Amino acid sequence: MANAIEIRALHKSFGRTRALDGLDLTVRTGEVHAFLGPNGAGKTTTIRILLGLLRKDTGEASLLGGDPWHDAVSLHRRLAYVPGDVTLWPGLTGGEIIDLLGRLRGGLDPKRAQALIERFALDPAKKARAYSRGNRQKVALIAALASDAELLLLDEPTSGLDPLMEATFRECITDERQAGRTVLLSSHILAEAEALSDRVTIIRGGRAVETGTLAQMRHLTRNLIDAELAAPVSLDGVAGVHDLAVEGTHLRCEVDRDALTEVLARLTAAGVRSLVCRPPTLEELFLRHYSAERAVAGGHG
Amino acid sequence: MTAEARVGGPGTGPSGTGAFRAGASGTGAFRAGLAGTGELARLAFRRDRIALPAGVYVITALVAGTAYTFRKLYPTAAGRAALAAAGGTNPALRFLYGRIDGSSLGSLTAWRYGMWAGIFAALMAIFIVIRHTRSDEEAGRLELVGSAAVGRQAALAAGMLAAAAASIAVAVLLSIALPLVHLPVAGSVALALSIGCCGLAFTGIAAVAAQLTSSARAARGIALGALGVAFVLRGVGDAAGAAGPAWLSWTSPLGWVQFSRPFAGERWWVLALPLAVFAAGSALAFALAARRDLDAGLLPDRPGRATASSLLHGPFGLAWRLQRGALLGWAVGYAFTFAASGAAAQGVGQLLGTSSALERAITRLGGQAAITNAYLAAIMQLAGLVAAAYAVSVILRLRTEETGDRAEPVLATATGRVRWALSHIAVAVAGAALLLAVAGVAAGLAYGLRAGSAGSQVVTMLGAALGQLPSVLVLAAVAVAFFGFWPGASVAGAWAAVGLVVALALFGQVLQLSHWVIDVSPFTHAPRLPGGTVSAAPLLWLGLVAVACTAAGLAALRRRDVG
Repeated sequence: MANAIEIRALHKSFGRTRALDGLDLTVRTGEVHAFLGPNGAGKTTTIRILLGLLRKDTGEASLLGGDPWHDAVSLHRRLAYVPGDVTLWPGLTGGEIIDLLGRLRGGLDPKRAQALIERFALDPAKKARAYSRGNRQKVALIAALASDAELLLLDEPTSGLDPLMEATFRECITDERQAGRTVLLSSHILAEAEALSDRVTIIRGGRAVETGTLAQMRHLTRNLIDAELAAPVSLDGVAGVHDLAVEGTHLRCEVDRDALTEVLARLTAAGVRSLVCRPPTLEELFLRHYSAERAVAGGHG
Repeated sequence: MTAEARVGGPGTGPSGTGAFRAGASGTGAFRAGLAGTGELARLAFRRDRIALPAGVYVITALVAGTAYTFRKLYPTAAGRAALAAAGGTNPALRFLYGRIDGSSLGSLTAWRYGMWAGIFAALMAIFIVIRHTRSDEEAGRLELVGSAAVGRQAALAAGMLAAAAASIAVAVLLSIALPLVHLPVAGSVALALSIGCCGLAFTGIAAVAAQLTSSARAARGIALGALGVAFVLRGVGDAAGAAGPAWLSWTSPLGWVQFSRPFAGERWWVLALPLAVFAAGSALAFALAARRDLDAGLLPDRPGRATASSLLHGPFGLAWRLQRGALLGWAVGYAFTFAASGAAAQGVGQLLGTSSALERAITRLGGQAAITNAYLAAIMQLAGLVAAAYAVSVILRLRTEETGDRAEPVLATATGRVRWALSHIAVAVAGAALLLAVAGVAAGLAYGLRAGSAGSQVVTMLGAALGQLPSVLVLAAVAVAFFGFWPGASVAGAWAAVGLVVALALFGQVLQLSHWVIDVSPFTHAPRLPGGTVSAAPLLWLGLVAVACTAAGLAALRRRDVG
């Protein structure tokens, strides 16, 4: 089984709202796959279809070689899930919930659960109603990580964690990958995806807009240039220069790869005092996918 | 509002600092603590705009309706005197309803529903206060509200305002309604104020309870526990009569409702007692609210187990764990209520001899047999109707789990939907059976001990109670069907079904509805025991309907979206 998750042209509507509009997603076995998109892009809907909680309208979805709707129970023995907004039973303690979820899944390793409780510094004897959001998230994470699942479905798992716990979480995911598990990590924290993931799928409006490794995606993108020059320079008429901003001798712009040689030649001709030229961060990539959407929406409005 | 709001807000420049410093002493601090109360009270009234008027209406209609019915049932002074004598001498009835002062229509009304209206007013006050204080705090809503220019005690003040308004509305409406059914004005006002003041006393008690624990459930439990203690103290004091510890009734706010003696030489000063409780409770609650941290209670949270016990295993273990506390509470309530009702059966013949109209009504309700059997059959039907409400509330927990996103982590494990739903259905079936058994045994034991035939009565009444089970299960199955087919409408739909069945049981024959309308209710087909005959066919049909509805609901659940 080469692919843990295969989704083709998946559609799902809630009344008139189109949550998924022809989504494609492939997660290879053994990889950490980041699933990026803003709130309302369809990430949670996708995961819920994969869990067999929602029924797809059209399209194909397969999970660990099975049908997520019909084989839900047998597939669920092989996966673990952390919801984005963790709500727990207020009268049960964290320790009880970890054990319960593990037993419902078909057993968990108590030693491993204990080690994770210590690693995440959770007080398991506290009632869930007394937990903060971050602590509730830790309960769900520990329950998932302590299982023997082949596949982890994590829906924005760190949105309530502090930076220290986020670092712990990253270590855990790195360990999981070395142990050969597949991880689908939905997120809008881009640094997390950048640090952890092998491949990335960006989803917007219920549709995948880009998918690939980070290297491949950078290959498609522009470079950012921020330069302080000896004399003003004009880049007018150079193809492949975008968002140009010139204030006296200070220049900022985005440049397509093909135009880079030409632009740098003009800058050095004017005399360079300082120069920063770097690939965009994932944040900037993301923003661009979004601003495109906003421009379209604005055009209609 | 804006001027008030600025008082508590730091960082509004020199004037803000001045106001803040002034706020540190006396009335200034109190005013700062109350900033925003008006807005929060408006919000509370808006959120309760249906439940609060409904509660006020039910209590008013209950008391005024009783007064109206008694006039029809007991038209003669001799009949009323006989009822008062019978009700006043039966200790079980005194435990249940309190003492009787006089035998006028007003006195009988105050005896039959005065104290119970006080209980309902207290319940309304407790639920309103906790809902707008500790529940909001536990859910984190007060954190958001408290970050605005809102004082530390504003939520408490708003919740108490809503509860006090409900109690005052009851008092005002009853003061108007009772004279309209031709009761004396002074007595009407005294009864109305006694009931309203009882609500106010428990407003104060609930306000303190809301400060004590960090969980709304526990706070509600403390306030309801206080109400239960008040009921038992008054009940024991009243049942004991002159020979026993009658003074116990004076220690209970529920006792005060009767000690103001409406319609029998009103003692107005007694009203000062519940008002004093209200004042003391408010003062204590406000003082506690000003000192404690947000989310904290005075009683510490007990830590729980760090690992799950072997009982908490699988969906059935989880359902049992989530529902067992409520079941225990229901079982205690059932034991208590039906023991008292059973004990009262011995005096029923005597009591009803005084009213031929009531006799006819009870006979009609319970069947053709002797009045005592008709009475016992009627209370067993009541046990069945209430058990149906319990079973439906257990089934609807499925919907609460689904909308609360707590079904999702369970269904994401190797737990199928049907098994998950069956876990709660199992609790509903077993819990309803347990409650009915408790009702039968308690009523049989209490009646049998007084009648001198405890052994045989327990067996008879247990059978009578369990005869209601198939009808109860039909309503539970209707709730499952709603949950499967129309989850969004399941709460309203399932409760509407319960309401319809209760209405048909209570009023169906009185309103002389056509037979096939009354036949809609499963309880129409339950055996009338003791006294009636049992035939297997209707019970089998009821069982079959229950199984069919459940199966259809589960099949629909398998097909629909969850969450």
